[in-house]
Amino acid sequence: MKNTPLTTSAAGAILSSVIAGAAMADSHATDLTLCWAAWDPANALVELSKDFEAQSGHTMNFEFVPWTSFADRMLNELNSGGQLCDLMIGDSQWIGGGAENGHYVKLNDFFDANGIDMGDFIPATVTGYAEWPKNTPNYYALPAFGDVVGWTYRKDWFARPELQAEFKKTYGYDLGVPASLEQLTDIAQFFQGRDIDGTKVYGAAIYTERGSEGITMGVTNWLYNHGFQYENPDKPYDLAGFVNSAEAAAGLEAYKELYDTGTPPGSSNWYMGENIDAYRSGQVAMQMNFAFIWPGVEADETVGGGKSGYFPNPAGPAGQFAQLGGQGISVVAYSEKQDAALEYIQWFAQPAVQARWWELGGYSALSAVVEDPGFASSQPYAQTFLDSMAIVKDFWAEPAYADLLIPMQERIHNYVVAGEGTAQEALDGLVRDWTEVFEDEGKL
Amino acid sequence: MTASPIHKMAEKTPQGMARTIKGMSDRTIAWIFVAPTIFLLLAVNIFPLIWTIRLSFTNYRVNRPNNDVEWVGLRNYERILNDPDIWNTMQATAHFLLWTIALQVIIGFALAYLINKKFKGNDLWTTIIVFPMMLSPAVVGNFWTFLYQPQIGLFNYVIAFFTGADPASFSMIGDVHLAPWAIIIADTWMWTPFVMLICLAGLRSIPDSIYEAAECDRASKWRQFWTITIPMALPFLMLAVLFRGIENFKMFDLVVQLTGGGPGNTTTLTSIDLKREAFEKWRTGYSSAYAVILFVTVFGLASIYVKALNKVKER
Repeated sequence: MKNTPLTTSAAGAILSSVIAGAAMADSHATDLTLCWAAWDPANALVELSKDFEAQSGHTMNFEFVPWTSFADRMLNELNSGGQLCDLMIGDSQWIGGGAENGHYVKLNDFFDANGIDMGDFIPATVTGYAEWPKNTPNYYALPAFGDVVGWTYRKDWFARPELQAEFKKTYGYDLGVPASLEQLTDIAQFFQGRDIDGTKVYGAAIYTERGSEGITMGVTNWLYNHGFQYENPDKPYDLAGFVNSAEAAAGLEAYKELYDTGTPPGSSNWYMGENIDAYRSGQVAMQMNFAFIWPGVEADETVGGGKSGYFPNPAGPAGQFAQLGGQGISVVAYSEKQDAALEYIQWFAQPAVQARWWELGGYSALSAVVEDPGFASSQPYAQTFLDSMAIVKDFWAEPAYADLLIPMQERIHNYVVAGEGTAQEALDGLVRDWTEVFEDEGKL
Repeated sequence: MTASPIHKMAEKTPQGMARTIKGMSDRTIAWIFVAPTIFLLLAVNIFPLIWTIRLSFTNYRVNRPNNDVEWVGLRNYERILNDPDIWNTMQATAHFLLWTIALQVIIGFALAYLINKKFKGNDLWTTIIVFPMMLSPAVVGNFWTFLYQPQIGLFNYVIAFFTGADPASFSMIGDVHLAPWAIIIADTWMWTPFVMLICLAGLRSIPDSIYEAAECDRASKWRQFWTITIPMALPFLMLAVLFRGIENFKMFDLVVQLTGGGPGNTTTLTSIDLKREAFEKWRTGYSSAYAVILFVTVFGLASIYVKALNKVKER
């Protein structure tokens, strides 16, 4: 790794945090369990947490669950009042349920007592991961891992003169980072079925998975940019005309068009892992995926080291937005080791630890880290991460989040992948399903 | 005289216990032995069944323990029986059942008929054929997912070899028309050996003397097959159909691993749908009614079938 100002400051700060942290170590050593998804950043967190163990004397245990069963497993754990997890890095959409059902400890007093200021974190991550109700200063988590859906592309393929010439001739503009979703579809169609170095390749790997949250995390990047809104901005839970507007239906049709004409055959149930595999094996020219994969792409022997480029989700007719990912870290209300868990959060919030977090491959949400002059150039994807975090939107974070997600997965997947009905019918059906959920919740 | 083990055991029995047992009837002692099993059965099978039936008349949702539980009568049953999505799921299950059973019985019986002939390497071939059913359904699901991969899957290449089509031009698990066949093929590959073993047992139970008598009467092989082999192996064939029918009615793991119930709902079998209702949507009362309907269906069909099987055996 290059010795940037960022790394130098991180090293110095780590040293000071070790000295300061020695004071934290005392005789009441505790076994803490942190629950999160099983993915690359979790491995980085294990590495990072060794410093906490050394300083505090506590032992960190980890419960990592694959993404496809993460929500099922962990929401069951919370709903049943389980004591497996002392710390939970739960998905952003769980914050409403975590707060209203009493699963998470409210952290306002703790933050005040320990000088942790939410103003020091990227605003979108505070709103997305920590607040409930949204846009109110009630905090149930500390932003832990900033993440957002973005795009990876084969820069080496895009740069080939013969492909550039053919593309320009066909579409009338240069082959490069797409300026719009329409251009992205053009590029995907251009590469679809093309022979590159003796291998048949395809346009783009996109999210189509039905079992957990996959297709929702993908299609929203099209829906937002075409004018879809979750509700009437002036009247909460008023859905008709916002969820199923003609513009939203056009966005859904555009996503289906990309699926039908620019994705590999058999990609009918793909999410993060499948997209990574398709891209790394040289099957696709572009992949939609959360930013957490970018360090892995860059380090990959086949597609890393300058062969790949990164860009934020392109704009659509109604603006440029991207689906928020990422998580906050919360203290589980059922834990009997809340004091030690809070110590971990206090340690994790330190700027030095956050800088080290970024160096290990974790996307820090601390403004001081991402606004460091060396940040944007510290990695080839760092600027894209910053640009993407500036345009995020998130799915419902209501307590009934899971009930809202299931019909969206079903309606969208059945239309996009199985070709059932029309886009308008799918969204009209979604309005009915969501209305029923909010009626059951007593919100309508 | 040397004391027998029973005598030795009797001598070691404490006097107090021996007196208590002496005073008991055989029936009481039998009940003492059977009681733990009955208790376990009641606790593990009967109580949950009664509880499920009770829940099926309520609007209970297990993820909302603080909500009032209301008695809704037959509303859950009414909604299920009038839900077109559930009827589509039933249809998908029926399609899967019909074809898997038909293919497994035909291929399984043919394999058993071949294996029943004495030839060199008979045992080795039996072991090889039986191999798929020894694997875990999750492993088989994963394995077939790779075989069906349009870009690298062997299955697509074999089809392409015979048809001349581009292997990447079709996706067995991503196409709404092909996915139901993808799960049928994988299940048939895995469970045909089981049917073969049952059929083999049936074929080996037919005494050679019957065939010898038929030979004396100058009956052709074809006639022997239809008038001796099939009728005498029929109870075994019917048993195989019963086992596979019940198993495939509740098929879950293999299909989830292969298609996840998709694309769309094309391979969503009733067990997958029920799991979604119960443990994803958490509609506990509704899914209890769904489970009761499925239970009654399987139990009813199986009872009728067993009666028919007994009649065939009595012939």
